[in-house]
Amino acid sequence: MDKPPVLEASFLFFKYGDETLLGGVNFKVMPGDFVAVTGSNGAGKSTLFRLILNELSPASGGIFLFGEDLKHFKGWPRIGYVQQANPAYTSSFPATVEEVVLSNLYSRIGLFRPVRKVHRKSVLGALRLVGMSQLKNRMISELSGGQLQRVMVARALVSGCELLLLDEPVTGIDAEAAESLYELLHKINRDGVTIFMVTHDIGRCAKYVSRVLCLEDGTIVELNREQLERELLNKHRHR
Amino acid sequence: MLEIFAYDFMQKAFLAGITLAVIIPCIGVIIVLRRLPMIGDALAHTSLAGVAAGLLLGINPVAGAIVVSMAAALCIEGIRKKLPKYAELSIAVTMSAGIGLAGILSGFTSGSGSFNSFLFGSIVSIDSFELALVIATSLVVLIVFLLLYKELFYVALDESSARISGVPVGFVNAVFTLLTAACVSIASRTVGALIVSSLMVIPVTCAMQFAKSYRQTVIFSVLFAVCFTIAGLFLSFYLDLRPGATIVLTGCVVLIAILITRNSKRKLG
Repeated sequence: MDKPPVLEASFLFFKYGDETLLGGVNFKVMPGDFVAVTGSNGAGKSTLFRLILNELSPASGGIFLFGEDLKHFKGWPRIGYVQQANPAYTSSFPATVEEVVLSNLYSRIGLFRPVRKVHRKSVLGALRLVGMSQLKNRMISELSGGQLQRVMVARALVSGCELLLLDEPVTGIDAEAAESLYELLHKINRDGVTIFMVTHDIGRCAKYVSRVLCLEDGTIVELNREQLERELLNKHRHR
Repeated sequence: MLEIFAYDFMQKAFLAGITLAVIIPCIGVIIVLRRLPMIGDALAHTSLAGVAAGLLLGINPVAGAIVVSMAAALCIEGIRKKLPKYAELSIAVTMSAGIGLAGILSGFTSGSGSFNSFLFGSIVSIDSFELALVIATSLVVLIVFLLLYKELFYVALDESSARISGVPVGFVNAVFTLLTAACVSIASRTVGALIVSSLMVIPVTCAMQFAKSYRQTVIFSVLFAVCFTIAGLFLSFYLDLRPGATIVLTGCVVLIAILITRNSKRKLG
């Protein structure tokens, strides 16, 4: 039997007041996909992300994760989440890299239960995967933007997630670090993790992703290679 | 034996002070990291309504403060859930209502001395019942804090990710607010309702200047708070000052000294 889509939006409508932001969005993300969602400012990318995270409710339509309606979805440990880097916050938060990555195992460890060696080993494994194991005792406030995002990817992966959601992961980090992060995500995707990423940076990530969805005028369309090249050319001209 | 320890009231003051110095920064760490210092202030000020009610009804004011602070804490959580967009307003609204109620009720209490002692604290005048209440409440707060140590950390670090990973964020937030309420109520008797939130923030700020992890931040915060309390009690005894205010001012002086020293080092380095 075919596996259900990892993520599916079906006739998704969302309104802010009278304004329709999403007017019947449909898409499917299949296991093994690396999908980038692009679109201009205000097109509704962040709203779509918040709907997927169940932080907002759609006016109508539905979202399905691993074939299950989001309203009843209980398999959150199967989802990893990396948000936009927020140096203003992390620069003052007194925590080590290990403490931050470990935090994503807390729900699996359970309330009132202590952290054990096996959990620390998982953390080290996740940090190795993103090339940050040598910095496990470093404070997150001492990391560069690129390093911090690698740590956040390790935090998402440590619980063995099958779907990785990324919200503008390279915003605020330099070009070299962004390229290196995309390479890492590409490797993680090849290892079997499905990735769904909202980004402005379509020019740089295009060569790593398997599909590009464009959110415009309340609907979503998949760009084929020709359309993508045109889109990139337009972006290049506007720079 | 030092003269200070010859007095029964000072022995009680040290015991209560050190017990509180252990739990207040534990709560303070989360409050500072979540950038919610107002919640400590709000609950402390609201606890004054419980103090006044306690004095009026002839029950122990500390017990009254605990009940009213807990109710205020639940009120804050309730408003937050109903109006998530205006979460900060829930603190301001609850504090205003608490202060208003405290103002009205205090007008009916006979003799303003008892009520005023809760504004700036009166650690040297606590009786055996209050000491037992402080120790018992502190034990509960400490045990729950340790049991929820990892979840409180994750919620403070990143509430969205914590929720997505399956941490029961609503439950953790509700328990934490109740712990804060219990903590500020019993602390209002010792350091005073007006300055209890300083004792939540100052030791944590000092600790953050040296700590190399979250765990160290918690441990150093407790150590700083214990030192400030012991130093403050000694100074207040020998210089005849108000103990609560002296403890907080000792903390302020140390914090300023640390910041100046570190700033000078950075400039030189």
